[in-house]
Amino acid sequence: MKLKGKVAVISGAAGAMGAVEAKLFAQEGAKVLLGDLVEEDGNRVAGEIEASGGQALFHRLDVTKESDWVAAIAAAEERFGPVDVLINNAGVYRTTVIDQTTVADWDDIMAINARGVFLGTKCVIPSMRRAGAGSIVNISSTAGLVGNAVEGAYTASKGAVRMFSKAAAIHYAAEGIRVNSVHPGVIDTKMVEHLMADPELGPLVMSKIPMGRMGTAAEVAKMVLFLASDDSSYTTGSELVVDGGYSAQ
Amino acid sequence: MACMELNQVKTKGRLAGKTALITGAARGQGAVEAAMFAREGARVLVCDVLDEGGQAVADAINSDHGQGTAVFCRLDVSREPDWVQAIGLASETFGSLNVVVNNAGVLSPETITETTVETWDRMVAVNAAGPFLGIKHAVPAMRRVGGGSIVNVASVSAITAGKLGAAYHASKGAIRSLARSAAVQLAGDSIRVNTVFPGPVDTPMLRETYGPSHLSRFDTQHPMGRMAMPEEIAHGVLFLASDESSYMTGSELVIDGGWTAQ
Repeated sequence: MKLKGKVAVISGAAGAMGAVEAKLFAQEGAKVLLGDLVEEDGNRVAGEIEASGGQALFHRLDVTKESDWVAAIAAAEERFGPVDVLINNAGVYRTTVIDQTTVADWDDIMAINARGVFLGTKCVIPSMRRAGAGSIVNISSTAGLVGNAVEGAYTASKGAVRMFSKAAAIHYAAEGIRVNSVHPGVIDTKMVEHLMADPELGPLVMSKIPMGRMGTAAEVAKMVLFLASDDSSYTTGSELVVDGGYSAQ
Repeated sequence: MACMELNQVKTKGRLAGKTALITGAARGQGAVEAAMFAREGARVLVCDVLDEGGQAVADAINSDHGQGTAVFCRLDVSREPDWVQAIGLASETFGSLNVVVNNAGVLSPETITETTVETWDRMVAVNAAGPFLGIKHAVPAMRRVGGGSIVNVASVSAITAGKLGAAYHASKGAIRSLARSAAVQLAGDSIRVNTVFPGPVDTPMLRETYGPSHLSRFDTQHPMGRMAMPEEIAHGVLFLASDESSYMTGSELVIDGGWTAQ
């Protein structure tokens, strides 16, 4: 078991990717706090983990609110002990052409995808110090590495996650707290359903993936597990791309 | 008896049932990778120009995991006939080839004006032509089994430069680009190609090149304040070799304690 006895907090854990991560982490021995806005789904996933013998707790979490983060980390620590692992997984995806993007849209995307990662990192540090070490995994995107025509604000928010992760990695390296970013390509979840169903954009995106298929949430979760676990003990400030070759071109 | 053991396929571990060829496996990081792969259920062709060390690594694996788990093969990665022979031996001995780890490398810490053409050619031959030939000759064998995983070991020297070792930097930069090109080209064959970029690792290569006093600079200039242990690199190589990384190709896994994030 790769995370035996570790306490993990996962944001966006009611969604497709977060739920797969939470279940994989529990299988690998972690005690998991699932944070999400969607209470019904979050409670259901936590219930499924408990039913299969794992330890899980749902806590309502709006990643844009500092007070929510403070409460979620405190709940994790109270129930399971100091936090060893944080997965900043929550995110929002919208296709937006730059000259048609409203400031409200921009602020919303930046708040969830970028401010959410900052606040999660900020609020978990005291708990990780009490744990003696930690691993923070931030879910960015290939959109944080290469540009594209229809994702202006999203690309900016994911680029912010990439560079923030490196800054945090340097700052906390001496304390044994590692920070890395994961950059999934097109992953077969509800988030990209709309994009891939578009008769023009869908086939165009698919034709640009060398492997010729979307990835699965499980394929991303295994990378996240590697970074969360002690197998990656010398990896910090790194950016791990899981995209079927999309950004290597 | 020996034949029966040879034909046994391990069913447990992250590389169960797979066969792997690892270059530069006689010592240091390559030897650690070979042992870790065997522990995870792979059969391993231990390749190196160092006959004695390579044979010892294979013998140790066989004594831990059963005869036939590892076989040593002399391989100078810069020589194409050596590759043809090694890939042939892997296919003959193990019946298939699923994983190649281009781990062999040489380091020479000279400035540009000190660097002779001989040194340049040697760096490029081992560090760049070696992986090129490995990929070239692994592809037909991997196509026969429906795919595979190739892991190249570059270096943070492919990403960021120091004052010394210009030829080393250039040769590692070459692998980085080669690997991306190979990944895009071979994705349709289900052959994944990824690269690991280690920072300073506590191995004989580094100790012999720099000596103990010089090595302390890696402790003071480093966010984590220490060199890596070979196991910490091998875990990354294992992840990329295994099916756990099934949607990764053309990716770069930096394991450097934060060195290049600065």
